[in-house]
Amino acid sequence: MARIDRRRLLKLSGAGVVAAGGGGLAGILASGRAPAFAQATSIHWVRWSDFVPASDKVLREKILPEGEKALGMKIRFETINANDIQARVTSSIQSGNGPDIIMALNNWPQLYATSLADVSDVTEEIGKAQGGYYDMCRSVGTYHGKWIGVPWAVGGGLVAYRKSWLAEVGYEKFPVTWDQWHDAGKKLKAKGRPIGQTLGHTFGDAPGFWYPYLWSWGGKEVEADGKTVALNTKETVESVKFALALWNDCCDSGGLAWDDSSNNRAFLSGTISLTNNGASIYLEAKKKPDSYLTESGKPMKDDILHASLGTGAAGHFNLPGPFIHMVMGYSQNQKAAKDFLRWVNSKPVFEEWFTSQQGYTSGATKVWEEDPVWDVDPVLRPFRDLPNSGRLMGFAGPPSQQAAEAQTKYIIVDMYAKAVQGMAPEDAVKWAHDELAKIYG
Amino acid sequence: MTFTSVATPSAYAGTPKRGPVTRLLEDERWLAVFLLLPTLVLLGLFIAYPFVKGVELSVTDARVGVPGHFVGLQNFQQVWNDDIFHVAVWNTCVYTAVTTVFKLALGLWLALLLNNNFKGKAFTRAFILLPFIIPTVLSTLAWKWMFDPTFSVINWGLFRLGLINSRINWLGDPNLALVSVIIVNVWRGVPFYAISLLAGLQTISPELHEAAAIDGARAWQRFWHVTWPLLLPVTLVIVLFSVIQTFADFQLVYVLTGGGPANATQLFATYAYQIGIGTGLLSQGATISLAVFPVLLLVVIVQLLYIRRVETL
Repeated sequence: MARIDRRRLLKLSGAGVVAAGGGGLAGILASGRAPAFAQATSIHWVRWSDFVPASDKVLREKILPEGEKALGMKIRFETINANDIQARVTSSIQSGNGPDIIMALNNWPQLYATSLADVSDVTEEIGKAQGGYYDMCRSVGTYHGKWIGVPWAVGGGLVAYRKSWLAEVGYEKFPVTWDQWHDAGKKLKAKGRPIGQTLGHTFGDAPGFWYPYLWSWGGKEVEADGKTVALNTKETVESVKFALALWNDCCDSGGLAWDDSSNNRAFLSGTISLTNNGASIYLEAKKKPDSYLTESGKPMKDDILHASLGTGAAGHFNLPGPFIHMVMGYSQNQKAAKDFLRWVNSKPVFEEWFTSQQGYTSGATKVWEEDPVWDVDPVLRPFRDLPNSGRLMGFAGPPSQQAAEAQTKYIIVDMYAKAVQGMAPEDAVKWAHDELAKIYG
Repeated sequence: MTFTSVATPSAYAGTPKRGPVTRLLEDERWLAVFLLLPTLVLLGLFIAYPFVKGVELSVTDARVGVPGHFVGLQNFQQVWNDDIFHVAVWNTCVYTAVTTVFKLALGLWLALLLNNNFKGKAFTRAFILLPFIIPTVLSTLAWKWMFDPTFSVINWGLFRLGLINSRINWLGDPNLALVSVIIVNVWRGVPFYAISLLAGLQTISPELHEAAAIDGARAWQRFWHVTWPLLLPVTLVIVLFSVIQTFADFQLVYVLTGGGPANATQLFATYAYQIGIGTGLLSQGATISLAVFPVLLLVVIVQLLYIRRVETL
């Protein structure tokens, strides 16, 4: 038998490759990507585990099979915990490998702006067809004039409250000003039904309350130039002093350690009277009317309403959380990913998902304000208007990388937490101002 | 019967010609290099490369997706002036020191108990390991529920026993939050100490104890003059491992408090994660991680020198 040594084997196999494929190995190496041998296009989509599980079910069982058929591609759908998304994005970008589309929350797209694909064509198309995007979606979703993500929806918080308990302390109408909040909260706490609000390190409910609270007093992180730190003002100090009274007189002290689900549990178990949250508390009570009952044995869902956060000297605000789908810059399926996003954001397809949310989120474009979903349940209707009264982190500047850093470090939240833990309000504000100065400096 | 001497040159006459590799490996120095190669590759890939990469990142201004430029020691200066970093350093030192003392004391006590003969000894020894075997995230979630400000079973129990009349804010109070994470770490770490020290105890010959007892030594004297000196080298190695692990602890605090409230439980690892992964400031995250290195290096050097001294005594 003829002996084939290593050199000869390499020569033969090299010749075979050249004969088989034109450019051969050299061509493959030059292209820098693996050869495609008639593979079906496939994309990998990562989203958070939705607070409305029915929506993930609709995606999995209805919308995605339809999409695979309509677009002729395989769609791998994965849901992960919201707190783990950033770790996933970072590792994917650094390794240059991972999902093709990842859902971002808040102003996260700004952190990864240079590693994302330009999706301006798809986004402008959708915006034009659906009444235009809200300004806040544009602020978070664009970088140097180009879209770095396709806005999907806008989440946000309103105050869920027990109307009978508020009525018992003399508030047939929900308190409007912070002074009224303090008065009502004091009476409620005396009855063992405090206000429930987190002051912990958790991504949603903590900034969702304390940023709008700061704005309502006229406080802000930076000036409109997005550079000059402007936190240490009389307004901010006043807000911290009042927060101290509000916390001690009205709130559940356990809130210092709460995560995003703690207030849901506390409200549904009847230990707090009101809390700033998404619609998930009400939706859960509505889903299980026999499990969540009032002290008189009636379904708790009938005793829940939603209202805005308190009004201060500068007005009342909220912090909406835009959900944006980022097409990753390293993805080799960018065209397929964009085709998919164009399809899934089209009105008839998106409507199926939007209806399943029952009002938990607003649309990213204005056309969804008119959707019939808002007529189904008046308790959820206030969520429709959230994007219009929203401000973003980093106000009065843009929701920049620095704003995202300040939020990730929980500087605003910790300013209030430090005061609650005993630091003088002036010192707490100065500490936060200095921390912001290090970030923006 | 005929015998052929193996020493005769004719014995090699039919053997195939040795290749250059075989000849090379007959040299012991090359053979040693060859045998060490897999270990060197593994150490290089999984320890040296990440370390060098970390050092490289720490002297740049790299962010997620942006390679960055060389900035010298700017990141170290920034971290040095960072209040939250100071808190993290203090917390990590307190966390490591307190947990190590408790884990050692309780682990030793448990090991001494388990070293006795009693019914169900094997089962108890296996059972003791449970906290160490259960994935940390899972057990910490259970603890989180037990420390929950509203639904804490610990508070409920203390209340029912009449020991408290208002609830204890385990994870909300900054001091108690640190105490809580320390409790969970001790709970998780004691089995490791106990089982390792038990292994050490079983290497001590019972005859030594018997001889000491015949000489009139009491239980405490037997422990102090016989058991403890013989157990010391093992103990130091265990403490060394434990200190390194505890200093770099992450998942327990991440799950229990996320570093809050107001950074009261922030450790090196959780803060590095928050900055590097959460905020995308890879260079600063790497700098914070590297800040652990000199401290741990010092601990390792001191302990290894001490172990050597003890062993040569």
